Amino acid sequence: MVPISYYLVLSAILFACGVLGFLIKRNVITIFMSIELMLNAVNLSFVAFASYWQALSGQVFVFFVMVVAAAEAAVGLAIIIAVFRTRQTLNPDRVNLLKL
Amino acid sequence: MTPIAPTFFFYFLSAVALISAILVITRKNPVHSALALIVTLLSLAGLYLMLYAPFVTGVQVIVYAGGIMVLFLFVIMLVNIERAMKEEEFNKQWIAGLIASLLLGGLFLAVYFKGRAIFPSEFTKIPEQMNTQQVGMLIFQNYLLPFEIASLLLLVAIVGAVVMAKKKLS
Repeated sequence: MVPISYYLVLSAILFACGVLGFLIKRNVITIFMSIELMLNAVNLSFVAFASYWQALSGQVFVFFVMVVAAAEAAVGLAIIIAVFRTRQTLNPDRVNLLKL
Repeated sequence: MTPIAPTFFFYFLSAVALISAILVITRKNPVHSALALIVTLLSLAGLYLMLYAPFVTGVQVIVYAGGIMVLFLFVIMLVNIERAMKEEEFNKQWIAGLIASLLLGGLFLAVYFKGRAIFPSEFTKIPEQMNTQQVGMLIFQNYLLPFEIASLLLLVAIVGAVVMAKKKLS
């Protein structure tokens, strides 16, 4: 059986991948995907700890994290559509003013 | 209780998750990134199954791989991808980003190697056929108020998304 710490190492590497993508990307949709990657890395360590402590609260928390991620994706993608409609760009460096 | 999956599957699913996570952050085309992210999410669902969490696996496949990623692909199709592809995909600060994320990963690994003694190599299992039932009991008893707040949050998100994405009628 695989020890719990292997799952934690995998979760750490996935989170670092998400951070790297968040820092180096210029397309706002891909930046959003990096955030989803980080959320999933955290979910993996939640489930690993829940399985280790035999406490199902960790899995309930994963459920809540998914709810928040779904809400965030809906609102964030709506903002992306609105921004693209007014500025014709997906580059966050060019969206530096709230008002046109 | 015998393990449900051999160690091979852990390494296989981890390799798939890592390779597709790297593909997510290195592809130029956002559609390719989204498809790689779906593969990552599905392999994470397999890992949840190995951790005896079938409820989380189901929600991961249905909500993440099925719902959120379809939303992502929809938005990629809605924005003008031809014009967006002509812009620079990676910014100039990739060296700083690489250093920052390597430092973060090194920090995580340092914490792990410092504290690995407190993690036992074996852990006993919850009977898996009870999992969904137990999670449901927990949600509707101990976590009833957060559950209701989550439903309110989703309602607000739906209304906000519709308000922001709708066309202005002039």
